[in-house]
Amino acid sequence: MSKPVFVYVVYIASTPEKVFKALTDTDATAKFWFGNAVTSDWKVGSPVTFHREGKLIVSGKVLEHDAPRRLSYTFQSHHEPHNGTEKPSRVVMDLEQQRDQVKLTVTHDDFAPDSKVFSSISNGWPLVLSSLKSYLEANRVLYAPWYEEQAKREVEKAAS
Amino acid sequence: MTATFTPKTVYVTYIAATLEKVWQALTSTEFTRKYFWERGVEIEPKRGGAFVLRLPDGRVNVQGKVVEYDPPRKLSVTWHVEWPEDFRKLPECLVTYEIAPAGEAVRLTMTESHSWEVPDAILSGGKLGWPAVLSGLKSLLETGKVPAIAMEPPQEMIQAIRRLK
Repeated sequence: MSKPVFVYVVYIASTPEKVFKALTDTDATAKFWFGNAVTSDWKVGSPVTFHREGKLIVSGKVLEHDAPRRLSYTFQSHHEPHNGTEKPSRVVMDLEQQRDQVKLTVTHDDFAPDSKVFSSISNGWPLVLSSLKSYLEANRVLYAPWYEEQAKREVEKAAS
Repeated sequence: MTATFTPKTVYVTYIAATLEKVWQALTSTEFTRKYFWERGVEIEPKRGGAFVLRLPDGRVNVQGKVVEYDPPRKLSVTWHVEWPEDFRKLPECLVTYEIAPAGEAVRLTMTESHSWEVPDAILSGGKLGWPAVLSGLKSLLETGKVPAIAMEPPQEMIQAIRRLK
């Protein structure tokens, strides 16, 4: 069996500079990425972290930072149920100007054999990148329905 | 329909709109012309009805039959390309749209399924085209503006179709 690769393309009515900034900015990611705030100095080899409500969600290292064309980092999920047990995978973001659009291609690969993170990210990226598009084009964001479901379960658990 | 269709290309997008608005965007002639490179969809609203995607000059780009018509949740149509002429050799595929609530937004899933051992080079057309079409649909519903995404079939697809018997 070939190794799993996740590829997602989205066109955003924006500039490569704005899309690149949104993907690398702490406040912007917190807004469109359902509270997941990225932090890094974006030097090759430096750490990259995503925190949500003070909890570490993703950690990695910068592999490439070529603004505003390409961004790449390793990606280790600390989200439940993965909790950092699986080896890091790799995320590559390519930005290309096309007329009044940016074609953003996210390629996520280099997963552990029998990766469980692969299925989580396959569900996650379309919503993250849909929310990014809404954020840049319509100044609104989308919410992750699974966080709402999780919050509901926690409320029910606390009540019982 | 006797052939068995296997999903080959899936594209998911989340849109801040209602199920009904997304259904309308997919099924109305006027609406599709705005984001589907000026092509207008014509659908007979019932199972077994005719499905056409028409070019602005009136020629038929794609035609097929409605396999499932369940507003505002699911639309499935067979898809046979009539133009460009070379593309007529391609066996029909199946295109399915599923619309589901997702929090305050809706999730639109497009699945392109095939009944034969379709080469990757031929799949490249849909893999290139669907993100552009559905990015346009999302922009239109959320902002009222339509992006100008340039597109033509990939060369590898054109070459692969020429090699088909």
